[in-house]
Amino acid sequence: MTKETITGAEALMRSLENEGVTTLFGYPGGSIMPVYDALYDHTRTLNHILVRHEQGAVHAAQGYARVSGRVGCAIVTSGPGATNTITGIADAMIDSTPMVVICGQVGTAMLGTDAFQEVDVVNVTSPITKWSYQIRRAEDVAWAVSRAFYIAKSGRPGPVVLDFAKNAQTGKVEFQPAKVDFIRSYDPTPQPTAESIEQAVELINKSERPLVLVGQGVELGNARDELCTFIEKINAPAGCTFLGMSALPTDHPLNVGRLGMHGNYAPNVMTNKCDLLIAVGMRFDDRVTGNLNTYAKQAKVIHLDIDPSEFNKNVKVDVAVLGDCKQTLAAITEKVGNACHKEWIEGFKPYAEMEYTKVIDKAIHPKKGPILMAEVINKVTEATNNEGVLVTDVGQNQMFGCRYFKFTKGRSVVTSGGCGTMGFGLPAAIGATFGAPERTICLFVGDGGLQMTIQELGTIMEQKAPVKIILLNNNFLGNVRQWQEMFFNHRYSFTPMMNPDYELISKAYDIPCETVVERENLDAAIQRMLSTDGPYLLQCAVLEEDNILPMTPPGANVDEMLLEIK
Amino acid sequence: MDCETCGKCANLKEKDFSKCENFYTLLIYSENTPGLLSQISAIFTRRQVNIESINVCASSTPGAHKYTITCNCTEQMVQQLTKQIEKRIDVLQAHYYTDDEIFIIETSLFKLSTPVLLKNEEISKIVRKHSGRIIEVNPTYAIVEKTGRTKDIIELYNSLNETGAVLQFARSGRICTTQSTTEHLDVYLAKREAERNK
Repeated sequence: MTKETITGAEALMRSLENEGVTTLFGYPGGSIMPVYDALYDHTRTLNHILVRHEQGAVHAAQGYARVSGRVGCAIVTSGPGATNTITGIADAMIDSTPMVVICGQVGTAMLGTDAFQEVDVVNVTSPITKWSYQIRRAEDVAWAVSRAFYIAKSGRPGPVVLDFAKNAQTGKVEFQPAKVDFIRSYDPTPQPTAESIEQAVELINKSERPLVLVGQGVELGNARDELCTFIEKINAPAGCTFLGMSALPTDHPLNVGRLGMHGNYAPNVMTNKCDLLIAVGMRFDDRVTGNLNTYAKQAKVIHLDIDPSEFNKNVKVDVAVLGDCKQTLAAITEKVGNACHKEWIEGFKPYAEMEYTKVIDKAIHPKKGPILMAEVINKVTEATNNEGVLVTDVGQNQMFGCRYFKFTKGRSVVTSGGCGTMGFGLPAAIGATFGAPERTICLFVGDGGLQMTIQELGTIMEQKAPVKIILLNNNFLGNVRQWQEMFFNHRYSFTPMMNPDYELISKAYDIPCETVVERENLDAAIQRMLSTDGPYLLQCAVLEEDNILPMTPPGANVDEMLLEIK
Repeated sequence: MDCETCGKCANLKEKDFSKCENFYTLLIYSENTPGLLSQISAIFTRRQVNIESINVCASSTPGAHKYTITCNCTEQMVQQLTKQIEKRIDVLQAHYYTDDEIFIIETSLFKLSTPVLLKNEEISKIVRKHSGRIIEVNPTYAIVEKTGRTKDIIELYNSLNETGAVLQFARSGRICTTQSTTEHLDVYLAKREAERNK
């Protein structure tokens, strides 16, 4: 019997189906047309979402991946199609988001000739991907796709780029499915050593003032339960990074809040008072540590991570526990003794109370004046029973969103952490609606960031993607304005911004919209937004010169948080 | 004590040897896939470390390529570089060494002017003194080959250069083998092979 011969493009479709892909975000173009032609016959299994710009495709794939835990997938054409994905790829790399980006490429005979829409995508993306590979023959499609998905989702996840030459798309191949689950040069799940576990256990047992730092690694490793069991057994307070926030329920008695520059007062101050830091799946980003020279110098440091290159990168560790935190947390929990640390935990309360009085209460319960961002977020999270998914753009909307949104479920934070990509929010929220269709996706976005990817309102319109867009409009690029106020002597250089009529824009895209200016109308407006099926744009006219506090100024010590601006 | 290679630490207010630069040799083994060299060199560029020499060739293990790269940096930096290089998917292993942990060799070629060589008898004395080997002589030029440590080659170059005889000079990057009795790559590949068969 002769084997069936198919094109490379058809082989791509079958390979994607073999990987369990159901949703693709993409945009067609010249060099990817054979793939789109093949896709036309696979629309029953592969739901392709046509975005309005390639940047939207990658951010949507990121949002999809972050809420679902599956690999996000984007398809674009060569040249500008591919370069438009660069921001999202870099964002996924630094935030460890599993994603496969397939881009068209000119035929191999034309490579290197400056052909129309030819860009050296493999070399451009190599430093910002886990793996970047050019498919030059139809025979390599099955192997390359399987390897791409294996690399993207295993170990510390990240983005992979497949640069698909046009002749490989049209070339014929006797299709054989491939399954890559071993690469000899790549060990995604290193086994922890018994010695490292024992050393960690010894330090934990000796510690009187332990503090656990929870990073996104806990979510990526599906180790939420293991984390809870661990901190409950040793009774250690835990602070979360922004990306790790939903790894631990906000109302867990041992959750002492968010870490970092705009995090909570208590965990930041206590970082410089603890005697042991136990960092789980986090990377000591400068936005978390502040000045490294004074960061937790009094404490021993245990670092649990799956990526050995994170150890000693920023903070010198005493015990490095290499491995999947689902495994290492369980192994440590089994061996550590029960502990109480009551006095130590009590020590967080005065700082938390001080923050509540000086900052939180004023921010979420203002008596007069314009609406504040914090109160909007607080009301939205309460209206969703703290069960919604928080998607943010970047800037004050992100900092307020991360500070005031509350979490009861895992995989509930979609924000651009390491890269800080303005324009991330809207497309990421679209992706999230496909990754978690049963959940309420709440996007907080500023008037600056919304306009960076505003064309994706078209995708929302076409897909009826139920994104609840909460536009916090202050007519400013708020975060930069705040820094100008604090560090540049109030010189508001190009941060005031003239805005379009968002209600008209929303209407043009057939998305229900409402603007709230008065505080007394806010609750009802939020209720209308949440009870409306499908997308909704709620524009809140918020205080123009609001500041996000507390704040550890850049380069300052972690315990030198400002609760107010003098 | 000041370190011998860096010279910068003498100027440090507090003697902090973590800030002290040393000369390191990285031995990297990778699969023979295209594009890896630029991935590896990009890791040096990003951390602002200059590559002093680089040699890439097939290794004794079939299918594996060996990179020998030298650079000046702090120990913390070389640790980071090594780990970030090893993180690249198709890199098998990366290790770093100081000069006392490896056997080092470098080779060089000198193209000397034959008329100058014949006129000045000091030149052949210099070549013999430094154990250089004359591998070609014709009426126009002579080729001298010298293999040894970097220091020896530079000494020979300086001596020959003073005579005005040097027309061209070429040096290879360093190659080296470890002094360790364990072959890390073989151990790693055996371990991975066992894991594949699990």
